[in-house]
Amino acid sequence: MLRKAHKCYGSVAKSISLRRGYASHPPKARLNIPTDYASTPLLHHSAKSSLANKELSNEARNGTTSRINLFQAVNAALAYALRSDQRVLLFGEDVAFGGVFRCSMNLATEFGDHRVFNTPLSEQGIVGFAAGAAMEGMRPVAEVQFADYVFPAFDQIVNEIAKCRYRAGHNADSMNCGGLVIRMPAGGVGHGGLYHTQSPESLFTHVPGMRVVVPRSPVQAKGLLLGAIASNDPVIFLEPKILYRAAVEHVPAEPYILPLSTAEVLKEGKDVTIISYGTPLYACQSALAAAEKDFKCSVELIDLRTVYPWDRQAVMASVNKTGRCIVVHESMVNAGVGAEVAATVQEGCFLRLEAPVQRVGGWSTHAGLAYEKFNIPDVTRIYDAIRTSLEY
Amino acid sequence: MDFVVPQNIPPIATYRVMNSQGLIEDESHAPKEVMHEQILEWYKNMLFVNILDAIMSDAQRQGRLSFYMVSTGEEGITVGSAAALEPDDIITCQYRETGVFKQRGFELPDFMSQLVHNKNDPGKGRNMPVHYSGRANTGVHAVASTLGTQIPHAVGAAYAMKVADLEAGKPVSRVAVAYFGDGAASEGDFHGALNVAATRDCPVIFICRNNGFAISTPTSEQYRGDGIASRGLGYGIESLRVDGTDIFAVYEATREARRKALENGGRPILLEMMSYRISHHSTSDDSLAYRTQDEVEPWKTRDNPIARLRLWLQNNDLWNDELEKSTRAQIRADVLREMKSAEKELKPPLSSIWDDVYAVYSGEQLSQRAEMKRMMMKYPDEYDIDEYEGGIEAL
Repeated sequence: MLRKAHKCYGSVAKSISLRRGYASHPPKARLNIPTDYASTPLLHHSAKSSLANKELSNEARNGTTSRINLFQAVNAALAYALRSDQRVLLFGEDVAFGGVFRCSMNLATEFGDHRVFNTPLSEQGIVGFAAGAAMEGMRPVAEVQFADYVFPAFDQIVNEIAKCRYRAGHNADSMNCGGLVIRMPAGGVGHGGLYHTQSPESLFTHVPGMRVVVPRSPVQAKGLLLGAIASNDPVIFLEPKILYRAAVEHVPAEPYILPLSTAEVLKEGKDVTIISYGTPLYACQSALAAAEKDFKCSVELIDLRTVYPWDRQAVMASVNKTGRCIVVHESMVNAGVGAEVAATVQEGCFLRLEAPVQRVGGWSTHAGLAYEKFNIPDVTRIYDAIRTSLEY
Repeated sequence: MDFVVPQNIPPIATYRVMNSQGLIEDESHAPKEVMHEQILEWYKNMLFVNILDAIMSDAQRQGRLSFYMVSTGEEGITVGSAAALEPDDIITCQYRETGVFKQRGFELPDFMSQLVHNKNDPGKGRNMPVHYSGRANTGVHAVASTLGTQIPHAVGAAYAMKVADLEAGKPVSRVAVAYFGDGAASEGDFHGALNVAATRDCPVIFICRNNGFAISTPTSEQYRGDGIASRGLGYGIESLRVDGTDIFAVYEATREARRKALENGGRPILLEMMSYRISHHSTSDDSLAYRTQDEVEPWKTRDNPIARLRLWLQNNDLWNDELEKSTRAQIRADVLREMKSAEKELKPPLSSIWDDVYAVYSGEQLSQRAEMKRMMMKYPDEYDIDEYEGGIEAL
């Protein structure tokens, strides 16, 4: 039951931007205009478009769609998982009443308090508990309320969840965290400030043993989450919170799994490859549309989807084709996912490269509230990176 | 084999001085050394918090503010306890302690500039509203949204002050205080903090605001034991449960806790202040999604800290309806006026994006600052920076 007062982090009312509040754009801007989610080519605005997705299961492709947002897609995935597999559990802070982002609406009612429940306020407790349940054969979905609060759970994630299969050796099959998914809202939302904006995905890519996934849309969220729950490896699932309400599209009603560690080429091109994941893809789309018009070039856009282990083949194949590469992410440039992609690309495509690999990311600072729009890579910076790459 | 059975142990009693009618039941607990002017100041500070809360949460609904958190029902806990501390005491808190800031000297312009993140914000516009910064003037650490992380900070601060005093040959005379909610007390940091405080004899007071909720999670789902006060026993810490809506009880308990915390070179004390979170968790929450209006209503009048102190003041001829009306009107006018003028101010300079990450700029940061300036000069139409103090020259 949606309440009017639930003006959660994702909603940016038009009236607010008219008052030049915290989500406005300059009057003469051509590039730095807020993403129009209702028309972006990255979302499926028709059932036909959605069902044409080659990655869907037959069941899904022959079914219907409903036009839903990202939190509803997550909710649909969770409902299907809980319904089809008794081992699936869902828990975390405030999960029972529906969750602070509505992802668990009606699930406690349908599946009961022993499968969908609130935990006390302790991320280390939630994640450690999830690890133990996973090692006993359950498929727990643990929710951390904001990625900014995952840090107390780092010990459990790095030293236990990532390592238990490995240290169990011959006993690996009886003692691993396959089936464990830790979900958390991440990323900028316009007014989250220091502690409701963080994108810590790269921190998890420097420890082997887990898959780190970032969905860009409702269709992707449903399929990737089901893929994560079905995976035999533990998965960290970061949901871009600004997209919970903003991204709306036709999502197949039937269940389907999207593959982990597989990138997706969203748009083919021949002059520059842009690699990104999550929310910045929308800015990348706007930037490349303007660049293709202004510079008469053709840009290829790739969504990594899983940032570790990531799809090196797809990225190298693309850069070997185009000769130019730009990586875009919200989190700060230093030691971000972009650093790894850039290093790998220069190793593998050195002689093909026409320009240095560029990274457009957050500045090396914290996510200050008043400066968020300057920190997060905007359309202009991405557009300029394309131009620099072409002109090199 | 005698197991200790928690259910068989009676719950810890709640310390109360004044009843719901504003009458002090046991005169021996009446606040003797407090002047009437001080009590009136407490009352006005509570009114300030209450009125600021009402106006600013409305402002959020109108889109003038991105976010706000109200502390209705808990004004007595924050104002009353802060009133019992000394100026040099150090405080760390959660995010619902506006009354602590007010009692400690944070002024209306400080509050308002933070809320609208303008150039006068002591926190340089970096944090969400109500995450005030005022360590230099008020002794209160800048607020973070993370829960529980502030609790061990107070322990460390207490230890540092104790060691500094001992090294200087002075008696230990300062305490540190950590405020946190019933939910935050579930975090690992709470347990680490209490244990270190006890084993290192730190002069620290732990003040838990138990308001019954952690967003939608009621205390029945937060813990199984007898609240937070019962945990002190496990760590060897003296503890007291207090009626948080009785400002005299809050004041007396904190005063005594402070005295005890400084005894014999220092030790920790745990206070659990009981109240009810009348407000939603924040402006991003609609609490009617998980509780009924019927449950909330009685708390607005029955055990309300402001209403009770008002009755006491009126019973003692220190207050009347006329003063209530004029004081509320004055506070309201001040807040509205300050908000209007704060909104007109410029935002902090863009150089604040990189200041204060390190003590001194790194080379990488200097080159990023130059890069952003280059971008803004190359694409001037794409950036609106006139509302930031100094505009592009600040880079």
